[in-house]
Amino acid sequence: MKIEISKEDFNKSLHRLGDEYRIYAPVAMAYKGTFSDTDSIRYKEINTLDEIEFNLKSHFSPKEVILPITQVLFYFTEDQYKEPETEKKKLLVFLRACDIHAVKRMDQIYLENGQRDPYYQEVRDTVKFVLIGCEKSYRNCFCVSMGTNKTEDYSLGIKPVGDQVLLDIKDEELNAYFFGEEKDFEMNYVTSNDIKVLIPEPHQIAKDIAEAPLWREYDERCVACGKCNFVCSTCTCFRMQDIFYKDNENNGERRRVWASCQVDGYTDMAGGHSFRKRHGDRMRYKVLHKVYDYNKRFGYHMCVGCGRCDDACPQYISFSTCVNKLHDLGKEER
Amino acid sequence: MDINTKKVTKNAYRITKQRYKTALRVRVPGGRLKAEYLEILQKIADEYGDGDLHLTTRQGFEITGIDMDKIDEVNAIIQPVIEGLEINQINPNTGYTAAGTRNICACIGNRVCPKAQYETSGFAKRIEQAIFPNDFHVKVALTGCPNDCIKVRMHDFGIIGMTLPQYDKQRCVSCGRCVEKCTKLSTGALTMENYKVTREHDKCIGCGECVLNCPTNAWTRNEEKFYRLAIMGRTGKKNPRLAEDFILWIDEDSIIKIIKNTYDYIGEYIDRSLPKEHIGYIVDRTGFIEYKKWALKDVELSPMAKVASNIYWGGIRY
Ligand code: SF4
Ligand code: SF4
Repeated sequence: MKIEISKEDFNKSLHRLGDEYRIYAPVAMAYKGTFSDTDSIRYKEINTLDEIEFNLKSHFSPKEVILPITQVLFYFTEDQYKEPETEKKKLLVFLRACDIHAVKRMDQIYLENGQRDPYYQEVRDTVKFVLIGCEKSYRNCFCVSMGTNKTEDYSLGIKPVGDQVLLDIKDEELNAYFFGEEKDFEMNYVTSNDIKVLIPEPHQIAKDIAEAPLWREYDERCVACGKCNFVCSTCTCFRMQDIFYKDNENNGERRRVWASCQVDGYTDMAGGHSFRKRHGDRMRYKVLHKVYDYNKRFGYHMCVGCGRCDDACPQYISFSTCVNKLHDLGKEER
Repeated sequence: MDINTKKVTKNAYRITKQRYKTALRVRVPGGRLKAEYLEILQKIADEYGDGDLHLTTRQGFEITGIDMDKIDEVNAIIQPVIEGLEINQINPNTGYTAAGTRNICACIGNRVCPKAQYETSGFAKRIEQAIFPNDFHVKVALTGCPNDCIKVRMHDFGIIGMTLPQYDKQRCVSCGRCVEKCTKLSTGALTMENYKVTREHDKCIGCGECVLNCPTNAWTRNEEKFYRLAIMGRTGKKNPRLAEDFILWIDEDSIIKIIKNTYDYIGEYIDRSLPKEHIGYIVDRTGFIEYKKWALKDVELSPMAKVASNIYWGGIRY
């Protein structure tokens, strides 16, 4: 059902939803940016519509709401272990079309790639998505190239217009929360981006692509900070950490924490071996994972074209430019 | 020609080696001005000076080769620059009211520089508003971060930006980048234990390298601004020396109050038999403890602030 509702009434509904849901949305957090006196736009629990940053792309993706950066899997003592209490409330997350497509990628990895991950499943089962339409394409976005500029996969679509809010309620359960005049409207989505990415077909990627000179430029340029991975809405790697408490070393906890294939240590193995020492090799691994390996396995690309990697890279390395170079290389070699 | 040289120098004109020629020092607090004012400076240089502009060591301009009898005319022409840069003035169209308290210098600050913790020019202007005009010889400089590009430690008051880093351990992915940067570029205040980072407050100089380099925003800045106030550095003949830390983690209002208090202290103790006496030498005479008593009068420091109990300056002694 599509309705129009005043901001005030919308906030009242949010308030009521708050009894059952934790509501997360992108928020411009003043002074929290990388540089002094700049904002950090990232996900935060909210209570009212005005807290939400509708006009800018968030620096970090909504991934962190569903897949916490640090998650304790269990606490252990000498002969017992216990999983942490789980959150009682459900989740309502405001996000854009590309980010909803990104959730599909996370589901693929955590739920449909061998063993289902119970921790992820538990959170995932409680999440409802609120689509924020995109009035315009942002810098570095290439969602149209990736086919992620549009989605129907949401519980609620929201379009704030002045003092009013237009809602596209798809989830029956939410009908009970929002009351307003019926009103037809279309959710915004972009139909073209400034950045266009051409992805090589699998057969265009040469067997010896790892040897291509293309990667060598990144040996020097990339500083292996991992920002590109941490802001990415589809990177799903984690590592395990076993902590033994300082005052009683027989007790501790096991955590999982986000990992980055660009950062030192990602490929460390017992005995001190590691692969991909050159940063260009890490770049290759990342790029091919996003637009080749994942596709080979699951039949669609991992990258959703949000462009946050390009927004974040301190060295101005552009992922989309790299993919286009890879495409051109494929053309040459054919 | 009969001219009162004391009045000339107080008016920010110089007695030069070339008889009957003077030079005007244009103060630019914070080292930043609208480019449009350059037109006025050019006009003065072309029509009254020798066509040159000298960039001073204190981020101002010096218009050289002006005839001394043209001072009044030049003062009228420079008026829009004085007003535009919001320089306190007693009588309009009479040029600069004083020259003792020097132009307040600042590095480029956080309008441009990623390392800076605050907007240096803005703070410089607020200090200028609070202390100028004054005949006492005081030099103030502000720098955005401990890199100290403006070299505040060669000033009577050196203000260095500090940030109080806040750590959200939930966001930390243990990549170690903050620890590495702090160790290699800064003071080594961070250590990693059980995959999480601890910050040793006494070692931390608030440079913000941790915040700048953390890929997940686990380190962020505090909303409050903090500063390191270093005092009584100087160049010159008798005993050139670097400024020493007076107060760490001090706030902006307290700095302004301390500088204003310092003028009262100078008024009390300056050696009036000398043509001018530089503040640092007065402190040498009275001792730091007496200075501190005056400087901190009615200053309400936050509990964060760390005040030096005593200061022993070094430098060259003859
Ligand atoms: S953000 Fe840029 S510099 Fe950092 S790891 Fe990624 S590509 Fe390299
Ligand atoms: S840089 Fe950030 S994520 Fe990396 S160890 Fe430091 S606090 Fe943790």
